[in-house]
Amino acid sequence: MLIPHPLLGLRDAQEFTYLGDASLMDRPDPTLDNAETAFCDYVFMRDNPAGVHRELWFHEQGDRSWLVVTRNTITHEILGAELAKDLKLNRKDAQ
Amino acid sequence: MKFSGFRVVKEALTGHKGWGALWRNPEPKPDYDIVIIGGGGHGLATAFYLAKTFGKARVAVLEKGWLGSGNIGRNTTIIRSNYLLPGNEPFYEFSMKLWENLEQETNFNSMVSQRGIINLFHTDGQRDAFRRRGNAMMLAGADARLLDQSELRKMAPFLNFDNARFPIKGGLMQSRAGTARHDGVVWGYARGADMRGVDIIQNCEVTGFRIENGAVKGVETSRGYIGAGKVGVAVAGNSSRVMAKAGMRLPMESHVLQAFVSEGLKPTIPGVITFGAGHFYVSQSDKGGLVFGGDIDGYNSYAQRGNLPVVEDVLEGGMALMPMIGRGRLLRSWGGVMDMSMDGSPIIDRTDIEGLYFNGGWCYGGFKAAPASGYAFAHLLATDRPHETASAYRFDRFARGHIIDEKGVGAQPNLH
Ligand SMILES: Cc1cc2nc3c(=O)[nH]c(=O)nc-3n(C[C@H](O)[C@H](O)[C@H](O)COP(=O)(O)OP(=O)(O)OC[C@H]3O[C@@H](n4cnc5c(N)ncnc54)[C@H](O)[C@@H]3O)c2cc1C
Repeated sequence: MLIPHPLLGLRDAQEFTYLGDASLMDRPDPTLDNAETAFCDYVFMRDNPAGVHRELWFHEQGDRSWLVVTRNTITHEILGAELAKDLKLNRKDAQ
Repeated sequence: MKFSGFRVVKEALTGHKGWGALWRNPEPKPDYDIVIIGGGGHGLATAFYLAKTFGKARVAVLEKGWLGSGNIGRNTTIIRSNYLLPGNEPFYEFSMKLWENLEQETNFNSMVSQRGIINLFHTDGQRDAFRRRGNAMMLAGADARLLDQSELRKMAPFLNFDNARFPIKGGLMQSRAGTARHDGVVWGYARGADMRGVDIIQNCEVTGFRIENGAVKGVETSRGYIGAGKVGVAVAGNSSRVMAKAGMRLPMESHVLQAFVSEGLKPTIPGVITFGAGHFYVSQSDKGGLVFGGDIDGYNSYAQRGNLPVVEDVLEGGMALMPMIGRGRLLRSWGGVMDMSMDGSPIIDRTDIEGLYFNGGWCYGGFKAAPASGYAFAHLLATDRPHETASAYRFDRFARGHIIDEKGVGAQPNLH
C-alpha cells in the first residue's frame, strides 16, 4: 500500500505504524459525569466498518507526523491522507 | 452412515457405491428453537453439542457461503493449550481434551495428530517466563516440559542455534499439542449435527435481526425471514458487521492474517515450532508441505488477502530460524479475516437483547478453541448459564477492568 503523504508524496505503508480508528483523536472530557463510561468506550469499543475507514498512521520512519488516512478495508484502496495536526487545528478554528 | 474399518472393506469390494452425502441440503423451515449464524468451526461445533449433549433438535446453522469458506478452512491447524492466564488456560485445556476424543465422538477422521509444540526461548528472562507458563499449564491439568538446548538439538538439529541476534537456548514443549485436519473438523461436526436433526443451510446470509421489545424474534436472510427462539452469532471476522445489525458495537477490530505452504518436502519438522521473537511458526503437513505463518498485517481489513511486506517478514523469520528452507519453494499463500479483540481473548456471552447470544473475538487462535467454544456456547444457549471454563469471557470485563491480556500489550489489537 502507498500512502499519499501531504508533504512527502507517495510513501510505502511500511514506513508507518498503524494505530487505529481516527476517532482516537477525540479523547473524552475527563471532567464529565459519564467520563468513566466514555473512556471505556474510547479505549475498547470500535465501529470496525467493512468499507471506508478513517484511521491514524504514524510516519515513524519518515517525518514522524501523524496522518489520518482514508482507506477501504475491503479493497485496501487508499482514498486520501491528511495531516492529523491540520485537522485538529482546522477544527479548533471552526469552534 | 457409520464410518468404520469394516465399512471401508465392504465399500472397496462393492465399487464404492454406498458412500452418500455427509449432510442434507434442506430448505429453511419457518422457525427454529435456536438459530446459529455462521457455519465455521465454532457455529458447527455449537450445533453439534446442542444436538448431542444438550438434546436440542430444532436447530439451524445459517452460513452465507459454503461450509469451511471462512477461517476454519484457512488456518494453520495448530491445536494447543499452552496459555498462562487463569481465565484462559482451563478453557483451552478443556478444548484439548475434547480434541483427544473428537474422532470417536463425531465418528469422523479429523486427523488429530498430537505431534507436540515447542515455543523457543533465547534469553534467561524468556526462560523464566516460559517456566512460569509451564507451571500455570500444569496447575490447570495440562502437560508442559522445559527443554534445554541439548535436548532440543536432538529433536530439531536443523535450527539455527547460534543465530547472533536470537541464539536458541531451549523451548517450552507441550507434547499433547499438535495439528488436526481443518476441513475434517468442519465435515465431522457438520455431519454429526446433521445426523442429529440440525438443518445446515448454506448460501444463506443473515442481513438483519427482527427485535421486538428488546427481544430477538428471528433473522432476516437472503432466503427469507426465519423465526428463532434464540439466536447465537458465531461469525468470527464478520462479528462487528453482523452485530451492528442488532445495534451493537464490539470491542473488536478485523485484521488480516496470512499463511503459507511450501512444496512437499521429505519429513523434517517433528511437530510445531514457534519462533515468537522472529514472528514465525511452522509445522509440516502429512503431505510434506511446510505450513507456516507469522504476524497479522496490522491494519483493519476485511479483504481475505494480505500484502507483500508481511510475506517478506515471515520468510525472513523462517530463514533466520532454519536457513535450510531457502532452497524450498513456496507453493501458496492466502489470508483470513481475524476478529481481533481488544485484549486478545474471546467473548462467549449473552447480550442486552433477550435471546441474542454472541461468540467471537478469537483472534488468530480460534481453531484450537473450536471444540470447547462450541461446547461452552451450546451450554450457554441451552442453560442460560456460562460453562465453568468460559465464565471469564464476558462482554463487561472491559468495563470492570478484568481484561484477559496474555501478552500484556493493552487495547491495541494489532499487537496481540
Ligand atoms: C491464516 C490463518 C491461520 C490461523 N492459524 C490458526 C492456528 O494455527 N491455530 C488456531 O487455533 N487458530 C488459527 N487461526 C484462527 C482460526 O482459524 C479462527 O479463529 C477460527 O476459525 C474462527 O472461528 P470459525 O471457525 O467459527 O470462523 P469462520 O470459519 O470464519 O466462520 C464464520 C462463518 O460465518 C459466516 N458468516 C459471516 N457473516 C455471515 C452472515 N451475515 N450470515 C451468515 N453467515 C455469515 C462466514 O461465511 C464464515 O463461514 C488462523 C486463522 C487464519 C486466517
